[in-house]
Amino acid sequence: MKYADYYAALGVERGASADEIKKAYRRLAQKHHPDVSKEEGAEARFKEIAEAYQTLKDPEKRAAYDALGSRPQGEEFRPPPDWSRQHGGAGADAGSAQFSFDDADFADLFSRFGARNGALAGEDFEVPVEISIEDAFRGTTLSLSLSMPEYDASGRVRRVPHTVKARVAPGAVDGQRLRLPGKGGKGRQGGRDGDLYLDITLKPHRLYRATGHDLFLDLPLAPWEAALGATVEVPTLSGLVSLKVPAGTSAAKKLRLAGRGLPKPRGGAGDLIAVAQIVVPGELGERERELYQQLAEISEFNPRRHFAAEGT
Amino acid sequence: MNIEAEVLWLDEHREVSLRELIDLSGLREAELLELVHSGVIAANDRPGVGYHFSARVITVARTACRLRDDFELDTRGLSVALRLLERVRTLEEEISRLRAELPR
Repeated sequence: MKYADYYAALGVERGASADEIKKAYRRLAQKHHPDVSKEEGAEARFKEIAEAYQTLKDPEKRAAYDALGSRPQGEEFRPPPDWSRQHGGAGADAGSAQFSFDDADFADLFSRFGARNGALAGEDFEVPVEISIEDAFRGTTLSLSLSMPEYDASGRVRRVPHTVKARVAPGAVDGQRLRLPGKGGKGRQGGRDGDLYLDITLKPHRLYRATGHDLFLDLPLAPWEAALGATVEVPTLSGLVSLKVPAGTSAAKKLRLAGRGLPKPRGGAGDLIAVAQIVVPGELGERERELYQQLAEISEFNPRRHFAAEGT
Repeated sequence: MNIEAEVLWLDEHREVSLRELIDLSGLREAELLELVHSGVIAANDRPGVGYHFSARVITVARTACRLRDDFELDTRGLSVALRLLERVRTLEEEISRLRAELPR
Protein backbone atom coordinates (compact mmCIF):
# COMPACT_ATOMS: atom_id res chain seq x y z
CA MET A 1 0.00 0.00 0.00
CA LYS A 2 1.01 3.61 -0.43
CA TYR A 3 1.51 5.95 2.51
CA ALA A 4 -0.92 8.87 2.73
CA ASP A 5 0.29 12.05 4.45
CA TYR A 6 -2.91 13.17 6.19
CA TYR A 7 -1.35 16.28 7.66
CA ALA A 8 -0.21 17.41 4.22
CA ALA A 9 -3.68 16.66 2.81
CA LEU A 10 -5.15 19.15 5.28
CA GLY A 11 -2.23 21.55 5.01
CA VAL A 12 -1.44 21.50 8.75
CA GLU A 13 1.65 20.74 10.84
CA ARG A 14 1.94 17.35 12.51
CA GLY A 15 1.54 19.01 15.86
CA ALA A 16 -1.65 20.86 14.87
CA SER A 17 -4.38 21.15 17.49
CA ALA A 18 -7.78 19.52 17.04
CA ASP A 19 -9.24 22.98 16.40
CA GLU A 20 -6.67 23.76 13.70
CA ILE A 21 -7.41 20.42 12.03
CA LYS A 22 -11.15 21.10 12.11
CA LYS A 23 -10.73 24.61 10.66
CA ALA A 24 -8.42 23.34 7.90
CA TYR A 25 -10.91 20.60 7.01
CA ARG A 26 -13.85 23.03 6.89
CA ARG A 27 -11.95 25.49 4.70
CA LEU A 28 -10.88 22.79 2.24
CA ALA A 29 -14.24 20.99 2.28
CA GLN A 30 -16.06 24.19 1.31
CA LYS A 31 -13.70 24.56 -1.64
CA HIS A 32 -13.56 20.98 -2.89
CA HIS A 33 -16.80 19.27 -1.84
CA PRO A 34 -18.18 17.53 -4.95
CA ASP A 35 -21.70 18.82 -4.25
CA VAL A 36 -20.37 22.37 -4.31
CA SER A 37 -17.34 22.40 -6.60
CA LYS A 38 -17.39 21.63 -10.31
CA GLU A 39 -13.59 21.84 -10.59
CA GLU A 40 -11.94 18.93 -12.29
CA GLY A 41 -10.59 16.49 -9.71
CA ALA A 42 -12.66 18.03 -6.88
CA GLU A 43 -14.15 14.68 -5.91
CA ALA A 44 -10.76 12.96 -5.63
CA ARG A 45 -9.32 15.92 -3.71
CA PHE A 46 -12.28 15.93 -1.31
CA LYS A 47 -11.89 12.20 -0.78
CA GLU A 48 -8.29 12.78 0.37
CA ILE A 49 -9.36 15.61 2.65
CA ALA A 50 -12.27 13.66 4.17
CA GLU A 51 -10.14 10.55 4.66
CA ALA A 52 -7.49 12.61 6.43
CA TYR A 53 -10.05 14.36 8.63
CA GLN A 54 -11.84 11.14 9.57
CA THR A 55 -8.58 9.86 11.02
CA LEU A 56 -7.06 13.01 12.49
CA LYS A 57 -10.24 14.25 14.21
CA ASP A 58 -10.41 11.07 16.30
CA PRO A 59 -7.70 11.03 19.05
CA GLU A 60 -7.43 7.22 19.03
CA LYS A 61 -7.09 7.01 15.25
CA ARG A 62 -4.70 9.97 15.20
CA ALA A 63 -2.43 8.30 17.75
CA ALA A 64 -2.41 5.12 15.67
CA TYR A 65 -1.68 7.14 12.53
CA ASP A 66 1.17 9.03 14.21
CA ALA A 67 2.64 5.71 15.35
CA LEU A 68 3.10 4.78 11.69
CA GLY A 69 5.75 7.50 11.44
CA SER A 70 6.18 10.17 8.81
CA ARG A 71 7.00 9.29 5.23
CA PRO A 72 6.75 10.95 1.84
CA GLN A 73 3.25 10.94 0.30
CA GLY A 74 2.72 7.91 -1.93
CA GLU A 75 5.78 5.99 -0.72
CA GLU A 76 5.37 2.21 -0.78
CA PHE A 77 4.67 1.24 2.80
CA ARG A 78 3.83 -1.55 5.24
CA PRO A 79 2.79 -0.93 8.84
CA PRO A 80 5.31 -2.09 11.49
CA PRO A 81 4.72 -5.74 12.54
CA ASP A 82 3.31 -4.92 15.96
CA TRP A 83 1.32 -1.84 14.93
CA SER A 84 -2.04 -3.59 14.48
CA ARG A 85 -1.83 -5.37 17.81
CA GLN A 86 -0.83 -2.23 19.67
CA HIS A 87 -3.38 0.05 18.09
CA GLY A 88 -6.25 -2.24 17.19
CA GLY A 89 -6.41 -1.28 13.53
CA ALA A 90 -7.26 -3.55 10.64
CA GLY A 91 -5.40 -6.78 10.91
CA ALA A 92 -5.34 -6.68 14.71
CA ASP A 93 -6.71 -10.19 14.85
CA ALA A 94 -4.64 -11.46 11.99
CA GLY A 95 -2.22 -13.20 14.31
CA SER A 96 -0.24 -14.50 11.38
CA ALA A 97 1.19 -13.55 8.07
CA GLN A 98 -2.08 -14.60 6.41
CA PHE A 99 -3.42 -11.07 6.55
CA SER A 100 -2.11 -9.23 3.54
CA PHE A 101 -1.88 -5.45 3.66
CA ASP A 102 -1.28 -5.64 -0.07
CA ASP A 103 -5.01 -6.14 -0.65
CA ALA A 104 -6.01 -3.14 1.46
CA ASP A 105 -5.95 0.63 0.98
CA PHE A 106 -4.18 2.88 3.45
CA ALA A 107 -7.54 4.17 4.76
CA ASP A 108 -8.60 0.57 5.45
CA LEU A 109 -6.02 0.45 8.26
CA PHE A 110 -8.29 2.65 10.35
CA SER A 111 -11.61 1.13 9.37
CA ARG A 112 -11.97 -0.99 12.51
CA PHE A 113 -11.67 1.88 14.96
CA GLY A 114 -14.99 2.69 16.54
CA ALA A 115 -16.64 -0.28 14.86
CA ARG A 116 -19.60 -1.29 16.92
CA ASN A 117 -21.08 -4.70 17.38
CA GLY A 118 -24.28 -5.60 15.60
CA ALA A 119 -25.44 -5.37 12.01
CA LEU A 120 -23.52 -2.95 9.81
CA ALA A 121 -24.93 -1.93 6.45
CA GLY A 122 -22.58 -2.11 3.50
CA GLU A 123 -21.25 1.10 2.01
CA ASP A 124 -23.12 2.77 -0.85
CA PHE A 125 -21.07 3.77 -3.86
CA GLU A 126 -21.78 6.44 -6.46
CA VAL A 127 -20.17 6.00 -9.84
CA PRO A 128 -20.26 8.47 -12.74
CA VAL A 129 -20.88 6.74 -16.07
CA GLU A 130 -20.59 8.29 -19.52
CA ILE A 131 -22.61 6.76 -22.34
CA SER A 132 -23.03 7.77 -25.96
CA ILE A 133 -26.22 9.28 -27.34
CA GLU A 134 -26.58 6.15 -29.48
CA ASP A 135 -26.44 3.99 -26.31
CA ALA A 136 -29.06 6.21 -24.66
CA PHE A 137 -31.23 5.71 -27.75
CA ARG A 138 -30.83 1.94 -28.11
CA GLY A 139 -30.10 1.01 -24.53
CA THR A 140 -26.83 -0.55 -23.45
CA THR A 141 -25.26 -3.01 -21.05
CA LEU A 142 -22.63 -1.44 -18.84
CA SER A 143 -19.75 -3.45 -17.48
CA LEU A 144 -18.39 -1.71 -14.41
CA SER A 145 -15.08 -2.73 -12.84
CA LEU A 146 -15.05 -1.78 -9.18
CA SER A 147 -12.82 -2.44 -6.22
CA MET A 148 -14.91 -2.95 -3.09
CA PRO A 149 -13.90 -3.48 0.53
CA GLU A 150 -14.85 -6.83 2.02
CA TYR A 151 -14.51 -7.79 5.67
CA ASP A 152 -14.00 -11.21 7.15
CA ALA A 153 -15.55 -12.39 10.42
CA SER A 154 -12.87 -10.69 12.53
CA GLY A 155 -13.21 -7.40 10.68
CA ARG A 156 -10.15 -7.68 8.49
CA VAL A 157 -10.62 -5.80 5.27
CA ARG A 158 -9.37 -6.42 1.79
CA ARG A 159 -10.21 -4.91 -1.58
CA VAL A 160 -11.92 -7.29 -3.94
CA PRO A 161 -12.37 -6.55 -7.64
CA HIS A 162 -15.94 -6.86 -8.88
CA THR A 163 -17.44 -6.58 -12.31
CA VAL A 164 -21.04 -5.44 -12.23
CA LYS A 165 -23.11 -5.74 -15.37
CA ALA A 166 -26.08 -3.42 -15.62
CA ARG A 167 -28.60 -3.20 -18.43
CA VAL A 168 -29.62 0.41 -19.06
CA ALA A 169 -32.90 0.44 -21.01
CA PRO A 170 -33.40 3.03 -23.76
CA GLY A 171 -34.30 6.50 -22.55
CA ALA A 172 -31.52 7.63 -20.22
CA VAL A 173 -30.86 11.36 -20.31
CA ASP A 174 -28.01 13.51 -19.05
CA GLY A 175 -28.14 13.50 -15.24
CA GLN A 176 -30.20 10.29 -15.03
CA ARG A 177 -29.61 8.45 -11.77
CA LEU A 178 -29.91 4.68 -11.50
CA ARG A 179 -29.87 2.54 -8.39
CA LEU A 180 -28.50 -1.00 -8.30
CA PRO A 181 -29.77 -2.40 -5.01
CA GLY A 182 -27.33 -4.54 -3.06
CA LYS A 183 -24.44 -4.03 -5.47
CA GLY A 184 -22.43 -1.75 -3.18
CA GLY A 185 -20.24 -2.85 -0.30
CA LYS A 186 -21.09 -6.05 1.56
CA GLY A 187 -23.02 -5.70 4.81
CA ARG A 188 -21.47 -7.09 7.98
CA GLN A 189 -22.90 -9.16 10.80
CA GLY A 190 -26.27 -9.47 9.08
CA GLY A 191 -26.43 -5.88 7.82
CA ARG A 192 -27.83 -5.25 4.36
CA ASP A 193 -25.50 -4.88 1.40
CA GLY A 194 -24.96 -1.33 0.19
CA ASP A 195 -26.27 0.01 -3.10
CA LEU A 196 -24.52 1.18 -6.21
CA TYR A 197 -25.72 4.47 -7.70
CA LEU A 198 -24.92 5.36 -11.29
CA ASP A 199 -24.87 8.98 -12.39
CA ILE A 200 -25.30 8.97 -16.15
CA THR A 201 -23.92 11.68 -18.42
CA LEU A 202 -24.08 11.72 -22.20
CA LYS A 203 -20.88 12.05 -24.19
CA PRO A 204 -20.67 14.98 -26.60
CA HIS A 205 -21.81 13.92 -30.07
CA ARG A 206 -20.48 14.89 -33.49
CA LEU A 207 -23.94 15.97 -34.70
CA TYR A 208 -26.45 16.10 -31.88
CA ARG A 209 -26.73 18.18 -28.72
CA ALA A 210 -29.02 16.59 -26.15
CA THR A 211 -31.17 18.44 -23.67
CA GLY A 212 -33.54 16.16 -21.79
CA HIS A 213 -35.05 13.88 -24.41
CA ASP A 214 -34.78 16.50 -27.18
CA LEU A 215 -31.90 16.57 -29.61
CA PHE A 216 -30.65 19.65 -31.46
CA LEU A 217 -28.94 19.36 -34.82
CA ASP A 218 -27.40 22.09 -36.99
CA LEU A 219 -29.00 22.00 -40.45
CA PRO A 220 -26.76 23.68 -43.04
CA LEU A 221 -28.76 25.10 -45.96
CA ALA A 222 -27.62 26.69 -49.21
CA PRO A 223 -28.99 30.26 -49.64
CA TRP A 224 -31.33 29.14 -52.42
CA GLU A 225 -32.65 26.22 -50.33
CA ALA A 226 -33.43 28.65 -47.52
CA ALA A 227 -35.03 31.19 -49.86
CA LEU A 228 -36.98 28.87 -52.15
CA GLY A 229 -37.67 26.00 -49.74
CA ALA A 230 -36.44 22.46 -50.19
CA THR A 231 -36.84 18.91 -49.03
CA VAL A 232 -33.59 17.73 -47.45
CA GLU A 233 -32.46 14.50 -45.84
CA VAL A 234 -31.68 14.73 -42.17
CA PRO A 235 -29.79 12.09 -40.12
CA THR A 236 -31.76 10.84 -37.12
CA LEU A 237 -30.75 8.14 -34.65
CA SER A 238 -33.02 5.73 -36.52
CA GLY A 239 -31.83 6.66 -40.02
CA LEU A 240 -32.31 9.37 -42.62
CA VAL A 241 -35.67 11.15 -42.81
CA SER A 242 -36.94 13.79 -45.23
CA LEU A 243 -37.52 17.26 -43.84
CA LYS A 244 -39.46 19.94 -45.72
CA VAL A 245 -37.73 23.29 -45.32
CA PRO A 246 -40.29 26.03 -45.93
CA ALA A 247 -39.49 28.85 -48.34
CA GLY A 248 -38.11 31.92 -46.55
CA THR A 249 -36.29 30.01 -43.80
CA SER A 250 -33.85 32.29 -41.99
CA ALA A 251 -30.80 31.23 -39.99
CA ALA A 252 -31.57 29.98 -36.45
CA LYS A 253 -35.13 28.97 -37.40
CA LYS A 254 -36.00 25.73 -35.64
CA LEU A 255 -37.60 22.91 -37.59
CA ARG A 256 -39.03 20.21 -35.37
CA LEU A 257 -39.12 16.51 -36.18
CA ALA A 258 -41.58 15.28 -33.55
CA GLY A 259 -40.71 12.02 -31.79
CA ARG A 260 -37.26 11.72 -33.41
CA GLY A 261 -35.30 12.51 -30.24
CA LEU A 262 -34.38 10.17 -27.40
CA PRO A 263 -37.01 7.64 -26.31
CA LYS A 264 -38.73 8.07 -22.96
CA PRO A 265 -38.60 5.08 -20.59
CA ARG A 266 -42.40 4.83 -20.35
CA GLY A 267 -43.12 5.39 -24.04
CA GLY A 268 -43.00 8.33 -26.41
CA ALA A 269 -39.90 10.23 -27.35
CA GLY A 270 -38.42 13.69 -27.41
CA ASP A 271 -38.09 15.71 -30.61
CA LEU A 272 -35.24 16.29 -33.02
CA ILE A 273 -34.91 20.00 -33.60
CA ALA A 274 -32.99 21.06 -36.70
CA VAL A 275 -31.56 24.57 -36.39
CA ALA A 276 -31.21 26.21 -39.82
CA GLN A 277 -27.82 27.61 -40.77
CA ILE A 278 -27.37 29.46 -44.05
CA VAL A 279 -24.05 28.46 -45.56
CA VAL A 280 -22.48 30.19 -48.55
CA PRO A 281 -19.82 28.68 -50.79
CA GLY A 282 -16.29 29.72 -49.83
CA GLU A 283 -15.44 30.35 -53.44
CA LEU A 284 -17.82 31.21 -56.29
CA GLY A 285 -17.53 30.04 -59.83
CA GLU A 286 -17.77 32.68 -62.56
CA ARG A 287 -21.39 31.87 -63.43
CA GLU A 288 -22.40 31.73 -59.77
CA ARG A 289 -20.84 35.16 -59.19
CA GLU A 290 -22.78 36.59 -62.15
CA LEU A 291 -26.07 35.23 -60.86
CA TYR A 292 -25.42 36.57 -57.33
CA GLN A 293 -24.57 39.97 -58.84
CA GLN A 294 -27.79 39.96 -60.85
CA LEU A 295 -29.71 39.05 -57.71
CA ALA A 296 -28.03 41.88 -55.79
CA GLU A 297 -29.04 44.35 -58.51
CA ILE A 298 -32.68 43.39 -58.75
CA SER A 299 -33.50 42.48 -55.14
CA GLU A 300 -35.06 45.08 -52.85
CA PHE A 301 -34.50 42.91 -49.79
CA ASN A 302 -32.75 44.75 -46.97
CA PRO A 303 -31.90 42.47 -44.03
CA ARG A 304 -30.86 45.52 -41.95
CA ARG A 305 -34.01 47.58 -42.44
CA HIS A 306 -34.67 47.66 -38.71
CA PHE A 307 -31.35 49.52 -38.16
CA ALA A 308 -32.91 52.55 -39.83
CA ALA A 309 -35.37 52.98 -36.96
CA GLU A 310 -32.43 53.98 -34.77
CA GLY A 311 -32.18 57.21 -36.84
CA THR A 312 -28.36 57.06 -36.92
CA MET B 1 -16.95 -11.95 -9.88
CA ASN B 2 -19.59 -11.24 -12.48
CA ILE B 3 -22.95 -9.97 -11.26
CA GLU B 4 -26.01 -9.14 -13.33
CA ALA B 5 -27.64 -6.26 -11.52
CA GLU B 6 -31.21 -5.14 -11.09
CA VAL B 7 -31.45 -1.53 -12.30
CA LEU B 8 -33.96 0.90 -10.79
CA TRP B 9 -34.54 4.27 -12.42
CA LEU B 10 -34.67 7.12 -9.96
CA ASP B 11 -37.44 9.02 -11.69
CA GLU B 12 -40.98 10.22 -11.09
CA HIS B 13 -42.46 6.86 -12.15
CA ARG B 14 -41.14 5.09 -9.05
CA GLU B 15 -42.11 5.85 -5.47
CA VAL B 16 -40.52 5.14 -2.11
CA SER B 17 -42.03 5.25 1.37
CA LEU B 18 -40.78 7.38 4.24
CA ARG B 19 -39.11 4.32 5.80
CA GLU B 20 -37.36 3.42 2.53
CA LEU B 21 -36.16 6.98 2.06
CA ILE B 22 -34.72 7.02 5.57
CA ASP B 23 -32.89 3.73 4.90
CA LEU B 24 -31.59 4.83 1.51
CA SER B 25 -30.52 8.34 2.48
CA GLY B 26 -29.10 7.90 5.97
CA LEU B 27 -31.14 10.85 7.24
CA ARG B 28 -32.99 10.56 10.52
CA GLU B 29 -36.79 10.64 10.40
CA ALA B 30 -36.99 13.99 12.22
CA GLU B 31 -34.50 15.55 9.77
CA LEU B 32 -36.34 14.21 6.77
CA LEU B 33 -39.70 15.44 8.05
CA GLU B 34 -38.25 18.88 8.74
CA LEU B 35 -36.96 19.05 5.16
CA VAL B 36 -40.40 17.95 3.92
CA HIS B 37 -42.15 20.56 6.05
CA SER B 38 -39.78 23.27 4.86
CA GLY B 39 -40.65 22.35 1.27
CA VAL B 40 -37.13 21.30 0.23
CA ILE B 41 -38.12 17.66 -0.24
CA ALA B 42 -41.40 17.12 -2.07
CA ALA B 43 -43.71 14.47 -0.62
CA ASN B 44 -47.14 13.05 -1.32
CA ASP B 45 -49.10 12.72 1.90
CA ARG B 46 -51.81 10.11 1.33
CA PRO B 47 -54.48 9.69 3.99
CA GLY B 48 -54.04 6.36 5.74
CA VAL B 49 -50.80 5.59 3.89
CA GLY B 50 -48.49 8.40 4.96
CA TYR B 51 -45.70 10.09 3.09
CA HIS B 52 -44.55 8.78 -0.26
CA PHE B 53 -41.82 10.25 -2.40
CA SER B 54 -40.80 10.22 -6.04
CA ALA B 55 -37.64 8.12 -6.42
CA ARG B 56 -36.04 11.29 -7.84
CA VAL B 57 -35.96 12.58 -4.24
CA ILE B 58 -33.54 9.84 -3.18
CA THR B 59 -30.68 11.80 -4.74
CA VAL B 60 -31.69 14.99 -2.90
CA ALA B 61 -32.00 13.17 0.43
CA ARG B 62 -28.64 11.47 -0.02
CA THR B 63 -27.05 14.82 -0.84
CA ALA B 64 -28.62 16.21 2.34
CA CYS B 65 -27.09 13.41 4.37
CA ARG B 66 -23.68 13.95 2.79
CA LEU B 67 -23.80 17.70 3.46
CA ARG B 68 -24.94 17.08 7.04
CA ASP B 69 -22.00 14.75 7.69
CA ASP B 70 -19.31 16.59 5.74
CA PHE B 71 -20.18 20.12 6.91
CA GLU B 72 -21.86 19.27 10.20
CA LEU B 73 -24.97 21.21 9.11
CA ASP B 74 -28.25 21.29 11.01
CA THR B 75 -31.54 21.01 9.12
CA ARG B 76 -31.87 24.79 8.70
CA GLY B 77 -28.43 24.92 7.13
CA LEU B 78 -29.28 21.88 5.00
CA SER B 79 -32.49 23.52 3.87
CA VAL B 80 -30.64 26.62 2.63
CA ALA B 81 -27.86 24.58 1.00
CA LEU B 82 -30.33 22.28 -0.78
CA ARG B 83 -32.40 25.20 -2.06
CA LEU B 84 -29.28 26.84 -3.47
CA LEU B 85 -28.08 23.58 -5.03
CA GLU B 86 -31.51 23.13 -6.62
CA ARG B 87 -31.31 26.65 -8.04
CA VAL B 88 -27.84 25.90 -9.42
CA ARG B 89 -29.13 22.66 -10.95
CA THR B 90 -32.08 24.45 -12.59
CA LEU B 91 -29.80 27.18 -13.97
CA GLU B 92 -27.31 24.62 -15.26
CA GLU B 93 -30.12 22.81 -17.05
CA GLU B 94 -31.26 26.09 -18.57
CA ILE B 95 -27.70 26.91 -19.71
CA SER B 96 -27.35 23.42 -21.14
CA ARG B 97 -30.61 23.85 -23.09
CA LEU B 98 -29.60 27.28 -24.39
CA ARG B 99 -26.17 25.93 -25.42
CA ALA B 100 -27.85 23.05 -27.23
CA GLU B 101 -29.94 25.55 -29.20
CA LEU B 102 -26.90 27.54 -30.29
CA PRO B 103 -25.34 26.48 -33.58
CA ARG B 104 -21.77 25.20 -33.31
